[in-house]
Amino acid sequence: MADMHALVRLMREVEDQLASCMRCGMCQSVCPLYATTGREADVARGKLALLDGLLREMFDRPDSVRERLDRCLLCGSCQAGCPSGVRVMDIFIKARAILAGFSGLSFSQKMIFKGMLAHPALFDQLTFWSSRFQKLLTRPVNEMLGTSCARVMSPLIGDRHFKPLADRPFHHEVPFLDTPAGRSGRKVAFFVGCLLDKIFPKVAGDVVTVLEKAGVGLLIPQGQACCGIPALSAGDTQTFQRLLRHNLERFPVDDFDYLVTACATCTSTIKKLWPLMAEKEDAGTRRRVARIAEKTLDISQFLIDEHLLTDVPSVGRASKPAEVTYHDPCHLKKSLGVSVQPRAVLNAIEGIRFVEMEGADQCCGMGGSFNIKYYDISRDIGERKRRAIQASQCSVVATSCPACMMQISDVLSRGGDPVRVRHVIELLAECWKDNDNYPSTH
Amino acid sequence: MVNAAIVKQLKELVGVQNVFDNKADRVTYAYDAAVLEPQLPAVVVRPENSEVLGRVVAFCNQERLSVTVRGAGTNLSGGTIPQLGGVVLLTNGLNRILEINSEDMYAVVQPGVITAQLAAAVEAKGLFYPPDPGSQAVSTLGGNVAENAGGLRGLKYGVTADYVMGLRFYDVEGNLIKTGSRTVKCATGYNLKALMIGSEGTLGVLDEIILKLIPPPRARKSMLAVFDQMERASQTVAAIIAHHIVPATLEFLDNFTIRAVEDFSHAGLPVEAAAILLVEVDGHPGQVAEESEQVEAILKQMGAKDIQVARDDAQRDRIWAARRSALSALAKLKPTVVLEDATVPRSKIPAMVHALQDIARRFDLAIGTFGHAGDGNLHPTILTDKRDKGEWQRVEAAIEAIFDEALALGGTLSGEHGTGLAKAGFLKKETGQGAILLSRRIKSALDPNHILNPGKIIGA
Repeated sequence: MADMHALVRLMREVEDQLASCMRCGMCQSVCPLYATTGREADVARGKLALLDGLLREMFDRPDSVRERLDRCLLCGSCQAGCPSGVRVMDIFIKARAILAGFSGLSFSQKMIFKGMLAHPALFDQLTFWSSRFQKLLTRPVNEMLGTSCARVMSPLIGDRHFKPLADRPFHHEVPFLDTPAGRSGRKVAFFVGCLLDKIFPKVAGDVVTVLEKAGVGLLIPQGQACCGIPALSAGDTQTFQRLLRHNLERFPVDDFDYLVTACATCTSTIKKLWPLMAEKEDAGTRRRVARIAEKTLDISQFLIDEHLLTDVPSVGRASKPAEVTYHDPCHLKKSLGVSVQPRAVLNAIEGIRFVEMEGADQCCGMGGSFNIKYYDISRDIGERKRRAIQASQCSVVATSCPACMMQISDVLSRGGDPVRVRHVIELLAECWKDNDNYPSTH
Repeated sequence: MVNAAIVKQLKELVGVQNVFDNKADRVTYAYDAAVLEPQLPAVVVRPENSEVLGRVVAFCNQERLSVTVRGAGTNLSGGTIPQLGGVVLLTNGLNRILEINSEDMYAVVQPGVITAQLAAAVEAKGLFYPPDPGSQAVSTLGGNVAENAGGLRGLKYGVTADYVMGLRFYDVEGNLIKTGSRTVKCATGYNLKALMIGSEGTLGVLDEIILKLIPPPRARKSMLAVFDQMERASQTVAAIIAHHIVPATLEFLDNFTIRAVEDFSHAGLPVEAAAILLVEVDGHPGQVAEESEQVEAILKQMGAKDIQVARDDAQRDRIWAARRSALSALAKLKPTVVLEDATVPRSKIPAMVHALQDIARRFDLAIGTFGHAGDGNLHPTILTDKRDKGEWQRVEAAIEAIFDEALALGGTLSGEHGTGLAKAGFLKKETGQGAILLSRRIKSALDPNHILNPGKIIGA
């Protein structure tokens, strides 16, 4: 039997935060998972009660609690709407770390996080070679959405319509960039993130295009690593700390005004979870993390809040005038309160008619590894999003997160819907590219 | 007692996927929103149709297993905390709106339908279901009926009981009982539906509910009035009622609550104000214009320092945002929130507010008071940390003092949260022993094995 007393001692770290849940149950009204399953263990109140149960030594083993704690999209809807202001995400992330530290990671988690993700150069090589071989096992299924499916039965792929690894990752195209602040007078560091680098390099290229057109100086350091969220959500704090230190070295905080990303999850991780998990680091590291977090912005937020789109006269016509709707990534709207700016970018593009979909801020059901572990539930949640997109009657759904793009592409592709999934920045970059009048960069 | 054989039979009844017997799942059905100790049930079942619901009830009676029916588990008096080792019966597998009849203005629902979802569906058909308990975004109509839930609109529109036209429920043996009807008038038989409303799952298990709908008000007007004396504000509530004006809502926030809301939402509330009254009149446009003028005059006459009248929906929303965030603003101040709902005749509001201030001082506790002043239903909210044993003893003593005060003023222990476990021990003070003994005789007749939500309302 596990030494539960030791676990209880570790859990004391979250005890005060746990006590602030008054069990009102209001999280039931916003949890995408609970809406699908109706099980109390799936909603925040139930999970907090389970952690409370661990503290009260109600369990001989932590496994069943850990399993239920892991069954969560980490979308943060509950925290955003919590009447008592319970810091649900902080509690869940810390509890996952405590439980993983106590019970250990699974073999595949160890392989992926410690063996691969923690070593950015090796991770890059492995995914590059995988991109060479993936065509042997998969075939394109939807040209418009760019999705693929399995050629042969595969337990990992199942019947997913997934976005394949790109032929060339972004860091092969642009391994390094350091340009001075242009006429905007601002210089930003671009945190690319794994999904943009390896699956959506075009979006990363579009971020560079847009920032260049807006007269913004760019720093893209060589050898960036993952933001750490996959490791952290599995409770692997060691790999997370390693990635954090690696990234801190590559992004010298004095060298840029802002750090931008085009991935909602990276933005939220850097702003919220880096400081949370750096609590035990030395004072210097904590200070650096705090400063980076403060400087971190979503790309649309940066463009709008810094008034860079009004400064640029060339924001012209979308190449193909279209009705566009927008999906709010949870990690932007619920975690950071960013929802106005991406819409403002879309509205700034002439030739786009923006249509608000029903439940634009309802989770798409991706949830990172949640999609891998609980594909059926993830798909059910995704179906709701698909119906909302269909009802909007738009030909394009834009969003601000590559993970959401993968999930929405999967549900639309399997449904055979004629709707394109685009990053907001892609649409902006394209209208700029199609417009010959844009001013020269520097 | 629940054993492996029982669990197996339950699985045969409701399907394997609808029985939760893993301890980790059971822990998540051991509590509700009341500040009481959780009690671990032995098994949790979720019937997905009416017939199976009846069979589960009959089975539990036959096996002498205690049954606690659970909707969203938002009860504030412990009504959905199960008996240790008992069965929890979930209603969220029975969550269909069966009919919305515009012609005859009623709706038929299963017990697991969420209150706000029915209200929205009804609104889409141009009708109105007024009861709006604070938990309406998650609470179920079965729970609302079983607890006779109230809400902000109680003053003019009444509470859940005023909208129940008929019920279908299973008695403890699993017989389906029909009471009331789809007609406005119904004078046949005992009024069993009245017995079921507010019975907290102790007499039968709801299967279908027929709810009255009404046409929505065509106009409404909201006002906010600031007072620099608490007494003035509470006297104003009594004055509005004395003038025979019945606003849709008439809400009250004390200084403690105002400061908490302002710290939390920066809505521009006057933090130095002793109290704020929020008033909304609704109805025919002519009536709304006339009544809002009258209310404004009364507010002035009673010495309101500042009166804001909402000119449009945006201003109206701003006014009500303050009230809506009252509980969450208070809840953020301390880990444990004890939300009481002792209620007094409306004319006694000034005396009750005075008494609550005195109780806060006497027991050295932080008590924010807000609530439905217009119907005499205040929510003194005690902010504490249950882990602080010394303070918790003072909290328990203060709760008893609040009860005593409400009863001394001719009021009741609970306006809308129900008796449950939390107030069962105090019920005698309000009703006397006679009513409890009669209630126990009714209980024994309808539930001879005492398996239906034992311990609630009338004790064990």
